[in-house]
Amino acid sequence: MIMVDPIITALLAIFAVPFIGAFLVGLDRKLTARMQSRIGPPLLQPVYDVIKLLHKEPIVVNRVQIIYAGLHLAFMVLCVVLLALGQDMLMVLFILAFSTISLILGGMSVRSPYSRIGSQREIMQMLSYEPILILMLVGVYLVNDSFMARDILASGKPLLLSLPLIFPAFLMVMTIKLQKSPFDFSTSHHGHQEIIKGITLEYSGPFLAILEITHWYEIFLLFFIVTMFWATSIPVGLLIAAVCFFCEILLDNIMARLTWPWMLRFMWMVGLGLAVTNVLWLYI
Amino acid sequence: MNCREKSPWIVHFNCNSCNGCDIEFLACLTPIYDVERFGIVHVGNPKHADILVVSGAVNYRNVRVLKNVYAQMPSPKAVVALGACGATGGIMADCYNVLGGVNQVIPVDVFVPGCPPRPEAIMDGILQAAGLLNVRQEDRNAGAEVRLTIQPAGEPEKV
Ligand code: SF4
Repeated sequence: MIMVDPIITALLAIFAVPFIGAFLVGLDRKLTARMQSRIGPPLLQPVYDVIKLLHKEPIVVNRVQIIYAGLHLAFMVLCVVLLALGQDMLMVLFILAFSTISLILGGMSVRSPYSRIGSQREIMQMLSYEPILILMLVGVYLVNDSFMARDILASGKPLLLSLPLIFPAFLMVMTIKLQKSPFDFSTSHHGHQEIIKGITLEYSGPFLAILEITHWYEIFLLFFIVTMFWATSIPVGLLIAAVCFFCEILLDNIMARLTWPWMLRFMWMVGLGLAVTNVLWLYI
Repeated sequence: MNCREKSPWIVHFNCNSCNGCDIEFLACLTPIYDVERFGIVHVGNPKHADILVVSGAVNYRNVRVLKNVYAQMPSPKAVVALGACGATGGIMADCYNVLGGVNQVIPVDVFVPGCPPRPEAIMDGILQAAGLLNVRQEDRNAGAEVRLTIQPAGEPEKV
């Protein structure tokens, strides 16, 4: 691996990642439109949206909510920086959870019932995917004897070969994190008129833009982790990430939205089952 | 700023419409017309929206709601009134409870005529309103923004 100054890496992570995220979101909207036999918005549409939102009048429902939106972004950026510097994966996951919790608290801090329902659903989502993420790291530790991301990147053997069952479980988690059907309960990219715009309901103008930018970082983070499953050769890793990206969008378009008890049951039976089986297999 | 014209998010409010205008408006979202290619997103939340699309005539019952929805939208914002009803009250104009067109209550930027207007005309109206968003921002900078007075709940709305 080429050694780069950590400060440069961190700066690159902070300033370059949103562009990659925005590009991925734009591609997502375009592909979704093509799958629905529409033309779809231009590729740069997410950038236009965010610039427009940043120039709108700031309406503050309460100050606390704005602080939480800022924390949501700050923790997410910290996650991406830590990962780019090859730091402890366990730390990355905990900070990711902090970021999500900030979002939940922000949604809870207003009096709108829709926002609160969205927050409660987000809690249910966390409940269903956090154990799988922890088990993924247990698996990583059993393979590499280390939680450090740079050891994963430096190891000679692709992670996917030792964690073949954890990988699909992680893809299910990714479906939740990317707010894709069938798991888009707390907020969704499509059902704007329904209750599921929930958690972002009371944010407007620049603060909605903050949430959108955070989502760009989040998307990059998730696909970076996917690429890490085949870290020995970057092109293969990127190919796997591209296939996963396409499958997520396909899934989003062919699935209906299900209920959160269904999600919890599915994630804890199938997702957790896969992860536990893989960890046991590694342990024995 | 160009980005405003490229990403007008709309919220739709049905005042007193016969649903003809609403159905034509929703047709714009379908794959045949596909407004998303202009960056238009139909958000169901006035706090996220730039353009308010109102169909139907205003009556004494919903005038408060209409003002409330308008007031919740962050500036710069524009209003599109759909159909003959939105312009003058149309076929409903003589009803005892109808106030008239949308411009009786909130400032309207674009009227889309027709009963109901065709989806092409609606899209054209929304895009013209999007072009006006920059003008609205200049008004705001100059301090010439329209401010509504909303009566507290329970008191009759003065128009
Ligand atoms: S303009 Fe015509 S179609 Fe539209 S609401 Fe009025 S009566 Fe119905």
